Amino acid sequence: MQRRTLLATASAMMMALAAPVLAQDEPLKVGFIYVGPVGDGGWTYQHDQGRLAIEAEFGDRVETTFIESVPEGADAERALTQLALAGNKLIFATSFGFMDPVINVAQRFPDVKFEHATGYKTAENVATYDARFYEGRAVIGTIAGHMTQSNKIGYIGSFPIPEVIQGINSSFIHARKVNPDVEMRIVWVYSWFDPAKEAEAANALLAEGVDVIMQHTDSTAPLAQAQAAGAIGFGQASDMAAFAPTPRVSSIIDDWSPYYIKRVQAMLDGTWESGSSWAGIGDGEVVIGEISDAVPENVKAEALALRDAIAAGEYHPFTGPLNKADGTVWLAEGETASDADLQSMNFYVEGITAQIPQ
Amino acid sequence: MMIDPLSVFLLLLGASTPILFAALGELVVERAGVLNLGVEGMMITGALAGFGAAYSTGNPFLGFLVAACAGAAISMLFAALTQVFLANQVASGLALTLFGLGLAAMLGKPFEGVRAPSMPAGPLRINWIVWLGLVMVPLVWWFLNRTRSGLILRAVGENHEAAHALGYNIRLTRLAAIAFGGAMAGVGGAFISIATVLQWTEGMTAGAGWIALAIVVFSNWTAPGVLAGAWLFGGVTVLQLRLQAAGVAVPVQLLSMAPYLATIIVLVAISARQKFSRRAGTGAPGSLGTNFHALR
Amino acid sequence: MIQLVPRQNASNLWQIATPLLAVLATMIAGGLLFATMGHNPVAAIRTIFWDPLFGMASGYSRPQLLVKAAPLILIASGLAIGFRAGIWNIGAEGQYIMGAITGAAVALALYPLEAWWLFPAMVAAGLAGGWAWGMIPALLRNWFGASEILVSLMLVYVAQRIAAWMAFGPMRNPQGMGFPGSRNLQQYPSASNPELIAGTGAHWGVVAAAFAVLATWFLMSRHIRGFHIRAAGTAPRAARFAGVRPAVLVAFCLGLSGALAGAAGLFEVAGPAGQITDRIGVGYGFTAIIVAFLGRLHPVGILLAGLLLALTYIGGELAQLTMGLPAASVQVFQGMLLFFLLGFDLLTRYQIRRRITA
Repeated sequence: MQRRTLLATASAMMMALAAPVLAQDEPLKVGFIYVGPVGDGGWTYQHDQGRLAIEAEFGDRVETTFIESVPEGADAERALTQLALAGNKLIFATSFGFMDPVINVAQRFPDVKFEHATGYKTAENVATYDARFYEGRAVIGTIAGHMTQSNKIGYIGSFPIPEVIQGINSSFIHARKVNPDVEMRIVWVYSWFDPAKEAEAANALLAEGVDVIMQHTDSTAPLAQAQAAGAIGFGQASDMAAFAPTPRVSSIIDDWSPYYIKRVQAMLDGTWESGSSWAGIGDGEVVIGEISDAVPENVKAEALALRDAIAAGEYHPFTGPLNKADGTVWLAEGETASDADLQSMNFYVEGITAQIPQ
Repeated sequence: MMIDPLSVFLLLLGASTPILFAALGELVVERAGVLNLGVEGMMITGALAGFGAAYSTGNPFLGFLVAACAGAAISMLFAALTQVFLANQVASGLALTLFGLGLAAMLGKPFEGVRAPSMPAGPLRINWIVWLGLVMVPLVWWFLNRTRSGLILRAVGENHEAAHALGYNIRLTRLAAIAFGGAMAGVGGAFISIATVLQWTEGMTAGAGWIALAIVVFSNWTAPGVLAGAWLFGGVTVLQLRLQAAGVAVPVQLLSMAPYLATIIVLVAISARQKFSRRAGTGAPGSLGTNFHALR
Repeated sequence: MIQLVPRQNASNLWQIATPLLAVLATMIAGGLLFATMGHNPVAAIRTIFWDPLFGMASGYSRPQLLVKAAPLILIASGLAIGFRAGIWNIGAEGQYIMGAITGAAVALALYPLEAWWLFPAMVAAGLAGGWAWGMIPALLRNWFGASEILVSLMLVYVAQRIAAWMAFGPMRNPQGMGFPGSRNLQQYPSASNPELIAGTGAHWGVVAAAFAVLATWFLMSRHIRGFHIRAAGTAPRAARFAGVRPAVLVAFCLGLSGALAGAAGLFEVAGPAGQITDRIGVGYGFTAIIVAFLGRLHPVGILLAGLLLALTYIGGELAQLTMGLPAASVQVFQGMLLFFLLGFDLLTRYQIRRRITA
């Protein structure tokens, strides 16, 4: 009897001792909600690559799950809650439209950390993250400025929101820097992903005499159309290497893995803190895809030098003197744009003749 | 700033091809008295099957053939439900769209990220399939108005009780029409994946099937009307994009509403003419959307 | 040979048995589907049908069933009445969107006014918006003989574009950092449609759906108008002799179903969805048509069908989350369920007999 009690006590003590060890061995559960399908080949695909990078980096120490194609709004709130209830301690929500649902769910799960992409609302347990795509646009804008023969560059925009407008301005500034005769034609398709419409937009631009197409939409349709017309373009979100060496002469890739790995590491170390991350080329979040042989060697070198200068923090793509399209002064000589200015950007820079749709 | 009308027209030809095919197919289906709201589901099936075949064989034309077969095959699900099991057509069509989108997304995983072979340009540097679409318009017109089979099909759609009394096989006629509609939608979808985008991605038809349904209404159920409708719907999109490219500010949302409002106006005008002048025109087929069950 | 003979009255036994058979058939076919994809079929089916009701996190998912089912039931209740009379409103999606817009417009116009009457006024506006959008096909049919099927469908597209226009233009949140979408009504106390009792999920839309089920049941089985509707559906000529005026019936059915769809839109935008965006229409209006048919156009059937569909949505999410099933396979599974339910319905309306051949 005594012996049994002793044994029981011992095993209880063992259990008690083992418990924290067990807890540590239990993998950190990390959840993701995606706005599109993993197979979209663009935005969501790249986020899922980031998720896989976490698995590759941490192995057994993490366990990741995702819910794809979650509509923004009510369904997002439920999906987030399900993820939290399933024991995920770190949840990434990868679309702007998930912003209010994330804030709502975060209030109900104070122990769970949330990471919201491209939004602007933070909380004790909600951090935001985004990438400085405009840095990459500066590099491919430089290539575009050199490569255009007709001096007309086309730009397919998704929605007239600050992120996209930053990209248009950055591309234009750097194209014009290397080619003062460059003009930019802009077409809005009001969708992030609509292959048929993107193709039509590309064709409309090509008919206008454009021979370089830049896009801030996710499908390869513009590249396919560019090829048929002998024009060039750039991969967007993912590398779109299937279209290299032409028409895809380079690409601007979203690489979320450095940030995701950093944040998971912080969770494992217990050092996670809320904040707003806006990383760019320097942190490896915006990657310039391989510049193909269709681009002359000197242009390639210039583009890579610009990339390295931005990465090293020696150069800011929005450095004065820069005027707004209406002729008013935006940045004085040597002045660089503040993040706050960029995040609410709703104007074109001087030289772009189009109007931003209101 | 002037915009060259010819350039807009050439853009329009390509942009309107997927919806032209799908709408011509749906036209025949509706003339047979069947309303199939599953066009989107059949288009995406064709887009995937066509892409898969074009990629695997390296022959884009074979891709279109396979797309037609796949579209027809999946339309048979709808046909079985509505013609054999006598289920409601609206609900069955919606279910077909849901099922088709899911099935294509599921089966399409192996084809993500790869690229279809480029298509050789046809006469006048216009895609062969665009030509085929233009040829299909008079063919469908001829079939519906100048052949005995077309007459039977229209009779079935106009009044299935009477057609049955005359000894026509309602079910077989409608099965054939649904299969044709599926095949045409399949080709239309494949045009997006094989000729326009050259890649497969989930949901790539992005609502084209729904536009095709509107075009059939706009057409007043005639083949030339379908061509006009496809050009109107395609044209409004092309024109607004073309104007944007030329630097003209356009109210995109309001403009994109216009063809649908035009469709309603056309529908109302035709209905009114029929109602007040009691003239037998074309108009919506009499038995559209209703199932037929022979008691004997 | 076999022959189908219509039943005089839909069979009561089969009314109950066919949905069960259809669900069983879906489980088998779906199980095979999941098995071919390398998942445990039993676990997958259990996750979809059992776990949301009785699984680990069912305390959360059970109320969510109500949230997801409420708009479907509310819309389908209205639609079924028209369908019984042979009046085909397939544009509930458009009426839903317009109800959401008109309802939200009241709140956005009066922001930041706090008053007890604000929410009732929004409900009234939502009902009116949906009603008005439903009356367009009604009047066009009555005046010109235009098909209400086609007009109501066309008006869905128009409504979708109005929603996009509102989200980018007149209703855009002035404090939204340039992003499309209206203010979030969840954060506007007088205008919000919150959970009424914490943990139940029930908001006013759920209450309205329950009321709609009762009211339509009363209307169809106890009220003279319900008799007229049924008469018009089964024997239009006889109904006319009995004094049923078709034009009145058309206006009544389309107006009522439009108003209910509009109310569903308002409850959604003020509650779970929160804001007007270009994607406010998530397909409830179309799914509700399926729900109406699955429910055999009967209020109780609609209640059950709405809950069943909601179950597959939430179970499907759980299956993604816990088993890593792709969203697409869940969609295929739902498609199968609909096919089987629609197909098996034959048994309630027809008898299968062996044909006696001479």
